[in-house]
Amino acid sequence: MIPGAFEYHSPTSLDEALSLLKQHSGDAKILAGGQSLIPAMRFRLAVPSTLIDINGLNDLRYVEERGDHLAIGAMTLESSLEDAAVVRQSYPLLHDTALVIADPLVRNMATVGGNIAHADPANDHPATMLAYNATVVAKGPNGERTIAIDDFFTGLFENALTEDEILTEIRVPKPGAGSGGAYTKFERKVGDYAISAAAVQLKLEGNTIAEARIGLTNVSAVPMRAPGAESALVGKSADAGTIEAAGQAAAAECDPSPDLRGSVDYKRDITRVMVKRSIDKAVARAKGGN
Amino acid sequence: MSEHEVTVTINGEKITKKVEARTLLVHFIREDLALTGTHIGCDTTSCGACTVIVRGKPVKSCTMFAVQADGADIETIEGLAAGGELHPLQEGFWEKHGLQCGYCTQGMIMSAKGFLAENPNPTEDEIRHGISGNLCRCTGYNKIVEAIQYAAEKLQAAEGGE
Ligand SMILES: Cc1cc2nc3c(=O)[nH]c(=O)nc-3n(C[C@H](O)[C@H](O)[C@H](O)COP(=O)(O)OP(=O)(O)OC[C@H]3O[C@@H](n4cnc5c(N)ncnc54)[C@H](O)[C@@H]3O)c2cc1C
Ligand code: FES
Ligand code: FES
Repeated sequence: MIPGAFEYHSPTSLDEALSLLKQHSGDAKILAGGQSLIPAMRFRLAVPSTLIDINGLNDLRYVEERGDHLAIGAMTLESSLEDAAVVRQSYPLLHDTALVIADPLVRNMATVGGNIAHADPANDHPATMLAYNATVVAKGPNGERTIAIDDFFTGLFENALTEDEILTEIRVPKPGAGSGGAYTKFERKVGDYAISAAAVQLKLEGNTIAEARIGLTNVSAVPMRAPGAESALVGKSADAGTIEAAGQAAAAECDPSPDLRGSVDYKRDITRVMVKRSIDKAVARAKGGN
Repeated sequence: MSEHEVTVTINGEKITKKVEARTLLVHFIREDLALTGTHIGCDTTSCGACTVIVRGKPVKSCTMFAVQADGADIETIEGLAAGGELHPLQEGFWEKHGLQCGYCTQGMIMSAKGFLAENPNPTEDEIRHGISGNLCRCTGYNKIVEAIQYAAEKLQAAEGGE
């Protein structure tokens, strides 16, 4: 299927991209990896009259630790994230996620910024970034601002960026001592979106869970945290009963829709299991395991 | 309508053409360049039959605009058999019966070429991971994995021999 006609621009600097975006405000779309946008355009679900292709902004491709966080440039390819040594070593939740996003061909085009900006509850990075308590950096005509991830997803495919802003960076706080995280995804086949998936990032003090954040994938209209499951963990000892209670809380508080991937009850129960498995793994990693 | 002049180097040959911005790379390759070895198997970016190598990386050419490839080096299946001699990957698919209907084959081969360039000595698991963006409705994949293993060994032996 063939997308509708559009005007195409390929700026080579962020300032040029921002001024194009301002000039065409309202009917322009940013084209990053295109792996969500082009399929939507082929089905005419999206019919932008102008595309601003930011693949020339190579300055926005980096993954490195800076001060108290990991800085990920918006145009970093999913495949680079998968290969980055720092991610593999120190951000296991992010590494788990990078490995299960779509397939290797899609990951050679898709960007981390696009995955988050798309605000698709079926995408895997939103849950992971919610669990990490990440910060999104956006640049617009009035300069740069930061947005807490908890405030970023405002609706189905809707985010807190204004029409003239570009997402430039995602900051993931460095996990402190005693931290562990994991992502567990249940999919029908390799490369598919999740039936349900759970991102867990927690901190242990002894065997007590001192902090926990949980994000869920594809079981709500807007990417969501699971606050009930989080409070079932915090202050408790990391034992089987606590973990089961957290799984049950997540199953109750998620809000899946029935579709090809299963019924509501089925998705709730898969969510329970994904949350439990991610907590188990996160606890093991916090204790120094893999 | 927005038209753009696009210059690509495809299988070593430099070509300049005018395209509409919305032209997908796969349509540019098949219709404007008449290289029909690259296939279209779906409308949903799911099947990988359209896989080509752009700037060294295998990608789905149905999910990229031709204008985005301006200035790029592109490899398609037609560029593989140098001087009429089969590439080790093509030979592997022949020897190991890596195809039945053949619809997915060129996508499998271009994906394999892409990941073998980065990982010339893959394990069976790594091969399966590497072709996980390419669907095959006929073979059940085992023969495809064997074909790629055959090619990897042959390519490594050739490297060693030089
Ligand atoms: C077959 C298939 C399977 C997939 N499976 C998964 C999966 O399992 N898990 C998963 O997480 N994803 C999956 N995806 C989606 C894929 O990861 C997307 O590429 C990703 O969601 C969007 O990234 P992109 O760079 O391609 O963005 P694009 O498609 O280019 O853009 C998406 C949206 O974000 C906007 N945008 C992009 N970048 C910016 C920016 N820097 N600033 C402001 N706005 C911006 C665009 O305007 C557009 O509205 C799949 C895609 C396909 C085709
Ligand atoms: S034609 Fe199916 S993925 Fe491109
Ligand atoms: S050989 Fe027929 S689809 Fe793969």
